[in-house]
Amino acid sequence: MQLTINGRDVTVDVPADMPVLWVLRDVVGLTGTKFGCGIAACGACTVHLDGTPTRSCVTPVSAAVGKRITTIEAIGETQPGKKVQQAWLDLEVVQCGYCQSGQIMAAAALLAKRPHPTDADIDAAMSGNICRCGTYPRIRLAIKHAARTPTSATRGG
Amino acid sequence: MDRVSRREFLIAGAAAGGGLLLGWRIEAQPRVAAAPRTPTPLEFAPNAFIRVGTDGGVTLIMGQVEMGQGMYTSMPMLLAEELEIGLDQVRLEHAPSDDKRYANPLFGFQATGGSTSVKGLYLPMRRAGATARTMLIAAAAARWNVEPASCRAERGSVIHAASGRRLGYGALAAAAAELPIPDNVPLKRPEEFKLIGTPAKRLDTPAKVKGVAQYGIDVRLPGMKIATVAASPVLGGTLASLDEAKAMAIPGVRQIVRLDDAVAVVADHMWAAKQGLAALAIRWDDGPNATVSIADVVEGLAAAAATPGVVARKEGDAAAAIAGAATKLEAVYQAPFLAHTTMEPINCTVHVRPDGCEVWTGSQVLARAQATAAQVSGLPLEKVVVHNHFLGGGFGRRLEVDYVTQAVRIARQVDGPVKVVWSREEDVQHDVYRPYYYDRIAAGLDAGGRPIAWTHRLVGPSILARWLPPAFRNGLDGDALDGAVHLVYDIPAIQIEYVRHEEGVLNTGFWRGVGVTHNTFVIESFIDELAVAAKTDPFAYRHALLDKAPRARAVLELAAKEGSWGATLPAGRGRGIALMYSGWDTYVAEVAEVSVSPVGEVRVHRVVCAVDCGIIVNPDTVKAQIEGGVIFGISGALWGEVTLKNGRVEQSNFHDVRVLRMNETPAIEVYLIRNGEAPGGIGEPGTAVTAPALANAVFAATGKRIRKLPLKADQLRSA
Repeated sequence: MQLTINGRDVTVDVPADMPVLWVLRDVVGLTGTKFGCGIAACGACTVHLDGTPTRSCVTPVSAAVGKRITTIEAIGETQPGKKVQQAWLDLEVVQCGYCQSGQIMAAAALLAKRPHPTDADIDAAMSGNICRCGTYPRIRLAIKHAARTPTSATRGG
Repeated sequence: MDRVSRREFLIAGAAAGGGLLLGWRIEAQPRVAAAPRTPTPLEFAPNAFIRVGTDGGVTLIMGQVEMGQGMYTSMPMLLAEELEIGLDQVRLEHAPSDDKRYANPLFGFQATGGSTSVKGLYLPMRRAGATARTMLIAAAAARWNVEPASCRAERGSVIHAASGRRLGYGALAAAAAELPIPDNVPLKRPEEFKLIGTPAKRLDTPAKVKGVAQYGIDVRLPGMKIATVAASPVLGGTLASLDEAKAMAIPGVRQIVRLDDAVAVVADHMWAAKQGLAALAIRWDDGPNATVSIADVVEGLAAAAATPGVVARKEGDAAAAIAGAATKLEAVYQAPFLAHTTMEPINCTVHVRPDGCEVWTGSQVLARAQATAAQVSGLPLEKVVVHNHFLGGGFGRRLEVDYVTQAVRIARQVDGPVKVVWSREEDVQHDVYRPYYYDRIAAGLDAGGRPIAWTHRLVGPSILARWLPPAFRNGLDGDALDGAVHLVYDIPAIQIEYVRHEEGVLNTGFWRGVGVTHNTFVIESFIDELAVAAKTDPFAYRHALLDKAPRARAVLELAAKEGSWGATLPAGRGRGIALMYSGWDTYVAEVAEVSVSPVGEVRVHRVVCAVDCGIIVNPDTVKAQIEGGVIFGISGALWGEVTLKNGRVEQSNFHDVRVLRMNETPAIEVYLIRNGEAPGGIGEPGTAVTAPALANAVFAATGKRIRKLPLKADQLRSA
């Protein structure tokens, strides 16, 4: 099966119904995308399929064929992703960090769609992502902080 | 060679590869609030090692683990402050498992938990840094033939201002290692601090935002297989039968491992393992707990609560005083079993070879992981290596090594390394749960409404009796009693009793705050009841009882002020207040605002916390821990509940283990009191103070006093 992961073409020999999550983690070796619940209830496994935030734990790999899969390892190469990662650093969002790959992927997709999100936008985009350390207040502030960051002239990566 | 100074805390010597190596130890004192403290002298057991390399690099080998609480920043801050280096100049290594070398000074063995790290290591870590700095300055002074007092250290160099000479630590490390260890080096005065008390950036954040931080679950090894597991759904049950052929037919499934109480499917990847497990059609012999329900547990606790307990604190004759009081109040409070649901599901990777065993995991108790691996594999301790990782949440769950034991049992039957990963369902249903507690509490008030007597009998299992048996003394579990015996209110007659009652239907253990989290709910709800009975404002009622506890009074006043106590609220909202003090030596007061919908759904609108944790190392981390602790506390208080039916846990995943989400998160404000008191713990207080603040706010909003957590809709529905 031919996949495009973070701009690279990757061939994998896996069952068609295998979720993207396990293809990334156990076959391709990209472990930044996290396993949290397996039922699309926590958001830790969020990746982008053609820019759309997607729960990789319930997305069969066959549904990702022909689409661009972007993971936490490469989201910093996009402008929204880069801004979000920097905002996470500037506002010291992270505690244990395990859910943050998914949080950052969800936030980057939000900013790509809505560069100046309202609180309601943030609630809608982020409420599928659980954080047990309780970093939500800082995530909200960091998304607003990222939204205020000027877009840099040069594209990173 | 290392030279050990028996009179001193510190050792120093040449590091492998050159440079200065420094370690230290502290006399260990188990943290047991209600038990006498008897220091246990240990052999030389440094709590961390510092290595100053000939390249000038400073490495701190951390015995404490990082699970989000900021230890990998706070500890380097303490070291860097006294060693006169920048925080950016400290490199960190996870320490290997070693109880002797990396004992937590407050436990006496290698453990991270109980909000003890800064409390226990604040002075030792600084002393080590100051000693290293003094030795490096002495080495420079000797080389320049000047007085050490004429030199100073700055950002990893020693400077002789008079002559303008400067040498980096790297050039001095080897010479410093030859010098005697100085006695009693002076520590900085707080006004000289450059780092302590400043909001330092966390050192672990960059790797975590890029997705490259390695958690236990991220381990990848050549030839590694992935296994997932199903343990008996009923505690004490055993494997009866399974359909192995069906599972083995799934592509990628390699092996079925049978244990007496569990089955693991070993595969090329998690997907195959999960499918294999589902295909096994396992049948269990449920054993003696086959029919147990949550009602049986409560019945057992209630019966135990009718019997006198072991007295943990006694002042005056509380029972007699209550009998003669103008007003008597009594109540039963209950707190449910709770799951941890750390975001990183339980996992452990093991490679058992004939001559050794390696373990890769995230653990709060590394040496215990090593010990269980040695025991299960039958190998000597020194043949077992545990590689620790970042923890995707601890909250007490990773103070247990049940999952290491299980993974080694599985790995013994597997050729090559195997990563055992629990599904979320397995994680929820085989947790080591916060115990169910059942409390009987009573008070007597004088004619003016002031309490003259207080009795509190708390009933539940003893975690310490299992986890740290020497700490369970005279029938008292200091952890279960933590907070209850620290009652700060000025009441003339007090009796606190503990009834140990083990149900044995679920494994129980630590959960962010355990004893204090449950006791603060009981105490602070009941104080609110007394205020209502006395027809007094809940803030004023508490305040009048705190003349002898000025730090408690100060946080209460600050929370009330910042939390707009007394100001008018929109219709339908209520405001609650709670105060917390315990063996963590931290004072927190919280004001919470809630509303309750007609169907009984509680919404938290605003939370204000005032915190006095003594000297603050990293104020940003303190705030983050309180914010996170409050959110953890809201999840627990509103929805947290693990129940049993036919011996089985009824919940399984985040659809029925409800936790707070972004859209439900209130505004949270944290106000810090600055003083020079000894540092207290900060990981758990935010959680402990939240449930009673919410329950009191619910009472203010609805007039309903909820004495049984969680604050669920079925207790609050009005429509």
